[in-house]
Amino acid sequence: MKKWQRSSGEEEGEGKVKGSEASTGIEMNVVSRDKVESMGSMEKLRFILDGVKSGNIVVLEGGLTAEEQMKLIELTMLEVDESFTGIEISGYPAKRGLLNLRRKTRLTIIGPAAKMKTIRKDKDLISAIISTT
Amino acid sequence: MRWALSKLITALFFRKKAVKIGIYGPPNAGKTTLANRIIHTFVDNNEDMGVATEIPHETRRVIKREGVLIDLRRRIMNSNRDRNRDRDHDPRPRGSRAKLMLDVVDTPGLATKIDFRDFMAYGLEEDEAKRRAKEATEGVIEAIKWLDDIDGVILLMDSTEDPYTQTNVVIIGNMEARGIPIIIAANKIDLPDATPQRIKNAFPQHRVVPVSALKGDNMEELYEEMAKVFR
Repeated sequence: MKKWQRSSGEEEGEGKVKGSEASTGIEMNVVSRDKVESMGSMEKLRFILDGVKSGNIVVLEGGLTAEEQMKLIELTMLEVDESFTGIEISGYPAKRGLLNLRRKTRLTIIGPAAKMKTIRKDKDLISAIISTT
Repeated sequence: MRWALSKLITALFFRKKAVKIGIYGPPNAGKTTLANRIIHTFVDNNEDMGVATEIPHETRRVIKREGVLIDLRRRIMNSNRDRNRDRDHDPRPRGSRAKLMLDVVDTPGLATKIDFRDFMAYGLEEDEAKRRAKEATEGVIEAIKWLDDIDGVILLMDSTEDPYTQTNVVIIGNMEARGIPIIIAANKIDLPDATPQRIKNAFPQHRVVPVSALKGDNMEELYEEMAKVFR
């Protein structure tokens, strides 16, 4: 089982957790709700895809809307090739907000398909295997 | 004469256009099999919309078939005649009398990952597998773009698989956000390990119709639901 530690020099609102052995570990970027909300949709998607293509796991507090997730799938397909086979994405489903109008997203985790595999998911739990090889 | 004129005016000025119904879902859920089943039932038994195989991403381009009339009344009458059944004792509900003009849109399977090596496991040569993977990525993009032009969605899920995938959640979330009506069809109920109830439990806010597009099981219920929801 891997141990994770917080890296130094992290940006405000963005927690970066690195594997204790840099050569075999996987970088995990845990992004706060404030940081997520400060980014525009395309900026957010580019940030995620760049991170995932570099082999990182990206966790967004507050998550992505269904529309943003669909756009992310579309952008991903534009970049799939022999070395990058796509993404694995999991999220807690959105909750209805005030008067049942606004859909509040909760959390989304995105990783490279070659390294991450969701094994179980329900409305409040995501179990995933992250491979370091 | 007056009746004919009235029909002509209605046809010219108040004609209801066909509703575009997209068949969406993950690869290998049976989307093309369902599209073919609809065409065989209501258009021509010898016409296929596409080819269905066990290899994922067999459909890599959106295929549209215009002007499919779902005429349940006619179908029931034919079926009653065929089975020598008394109409008064037909167990089907009154909703069965509905008509609906559709444009059926069969879409490539939505996926978040496509690896050419997966196709090689089905015996494809490397070059062919790479070409298929490239076309499959384009197909996913095309299917997403088509959502802008769709009036309703049949979301097809394989009832032998875990339904709670992010792709299914994303499709449903997008349809809800756009206000587009959606029916979930739990396909492959002819298989012994099918559990359509799992799909009902995962998406309780939506109508789930268990079907077998391959065998034609429970298709009447799906057609009735389509006539009700997409009208």
